[in-house]
Amino acid sequence: MGEITRSEPPPPADARRPIADDAPPVDKRTTLAEAAGLVRDGDVVAIGGCLYSRTPWAMLLELLRAGKRELTLARSLMCYEAELFLVREASTKLVTSWVGIGLPWGIPKVFRRYVEGGRAAYEEWSHLSLGLRFQAAAMGVPFLPTTSLLGSDLLSLAGAKEMDCPFTGRRVAVVPELTPDVALVHVHRADPFGNAQVDGATYMDREIAAAARRVVVTAEEIVDPSVIVGQSDRTLIPHFIVDAVVEVPFGSYPHECYGLYEASFEHFDEYAALVEAKGEEGVREYLRTYLDEPGSFEGFLDRVGATTLLRQQRRARELSVR
Amino acid sequence: MTVDPEDRMIVAGSRMLRNHRVVFAGVGAPLIASVLAQQLHAPDLTIVLEGGYIGPKMLPGKLPISTNEMRGARRSVMLTGIVDTFLFAQRGRFDYGIVGAAQIDRYGNVNTTLIGDPAHPKVRLPGSGGANDIVSSCREVFVMTRHEPRRFVERVDFVTSPGWLDGGDSRERAGLTKSRPAAVITDLAVLDYEPESKRMRLAALQPGVSTEEVVQATGFELVLPREVRELAPPRADELSALRRLREGPTVDAPKPDAMVGGTVPGSASGTDADSMEEVARS
Repeated sequence: MGEITRSEPPPPADARRPIADDAPPVDKRTTLAEAAGLVRDGDVVAIGGCLYSRTPWAMLLELLRAGKRELTLARSLMCYEAELFLVREASTKLVTSWVGIGLPWGIPKVFRRYVEGGRAAYEEWSHLSLGLRFQAAAMGVPFLPTTSLLGSDLLSLAGAKEMDCPFTGRRVAVVPELTPDVALVHVHRADPFGNAQVDGATYMDREIAAAARRVVVTAEEIVDPSVIVGQSDRTLIPHFIVDAVVEVPFGSYPHECYGLYEASFEHFDEYAALVEAKGEEGVREYLRTYLDEPGSFEGFLDRVGATTLLRQQRRARELSVR
Repeated sequence: MTVDPEDRMIVAGSRMLRNHRVVFAGVGAPLIASVLAQQLHAPDLTIVLEGGYIGPKMLPGKLPISTNEMRGARRSVMLTGIVDTFLFAQRGRFDYGIVGAAQIDRYGNVNTTLIGDPAHPKVRLPGSGGANDIVSSCREVFVMTRHEPRRFVERVDFVTSPGWLDGGDSRERAGLTKSRPAAVITDLAVLDYEPESKRMRLAALQPGVSTEEVVQATGFELVLPREVRELAPPRADELSALRRLREGPTVDAPKPDAMVGGTVPGSASGTDADSMEEVARS
């Protein structure tokens, strides 16, 4: 606790691939395995979506499959992916405002044991102050002021500071920028160049993508650029900040994707029951069943089964009825 | 008719919310209270959920379990991002904020971060979520929690979400000037704060509850006014609307530790409600 996760600003050449004067648009379509190569051991990885909504689940599983190490995971609210990464020894540090699945599933026991036992660091920010750290990086400034955190013990625990406004003398808290090495975002549709659109709430996706050195977009559907142009007000992330685009239908499952499929509470029950019964070993069993044995994300979806996926689609449609 | 303690807390909470206002609500009891108000006396209450949902009209039996899921989006007037949502709050646009508490002290400071020594916590709780932001920015802040001595402690182990800090003008001196801890709503009582000292004060009793019961359930000395009014008992229409809201996956599928002893989230993000239950067992 206390150590601020702070990436040094990248040298310009590393920030983005050099773009030649007359470069044609780059087709960035690739596979999950290739895209995982953009994440290096020790990276700060910002995860899009929020809690169990529009999580880049397929990409997260791919990072586990690739055996990444020493990752710092940064996310507004973290679901049980936190525990998967801790138990797989893929991550040693979490930067977030909250960890859990949700009220009905109790508090995350494995997360607790790791943090209480000093096996993982947990840097806790408030929801907004973490968002402002990404926003500062996205703005290219070293910090941002906020009136959150003032007077709380969270201020010093997290590593924020206070200052008096140089213009008015008003007291504000200031939070340092957080530049993720990689941002992972799952969207409804993207074109081959990385122009990415989402339906529904945008969570912190724009902030983390705009802040990050590299951006991996997974999309329910890769569409023709004309589709993007035809409804460009839906575009959240423009092509020039995107490094890889992977088409992954059901790419957030068992989490939800707005309007397309609902989160599987039954799947969460299964995970929670495993942890309740077996603790860390329950997490390992979950990983064997849903990561290792299936061998790929398609294999994972096969294991879930078409009937279940169709049911989750139907539930989402029912919820979307106005 | 006996009323579930949890239900009378939610009903009392819903009655605090006036029509045409904006409420920033966490999931669990705060959200149920807000939707209940919207369905009864405050049809134009604007509910805001952290995930970026502004003005939803949720369906009974289809309340969201998280502040981010699509259930919370129904008939919203705006779907936006998390930072933008909180910045409306920081700008002072939200009338009410409602959070839960794992621990709360005599000045209304709330802890949802850890139990024990911050350097070596005995218990690590899930965290602030948006609770710190909500209490720092929403004009009137309500805390909803079960009334138990282990929650109502002399001094919280950690101030996740500031109440009146050390009382007096300490909150203002810390720079928190646009928001005000207004009340704590429990299954036993409604509590407010003595205007000068900012110590927690008994404001009203839940029907049938005695002052002595409240004193017994509070781990610090409350300010007791000479006369304390009793809240009107929950009406039949309030209870039946509440029953309808509670249907659906939030309550119909008991999970491990589900909703045990209270649906109050410790943070706005829908939290460690019952972390205290688990803590007690662990």
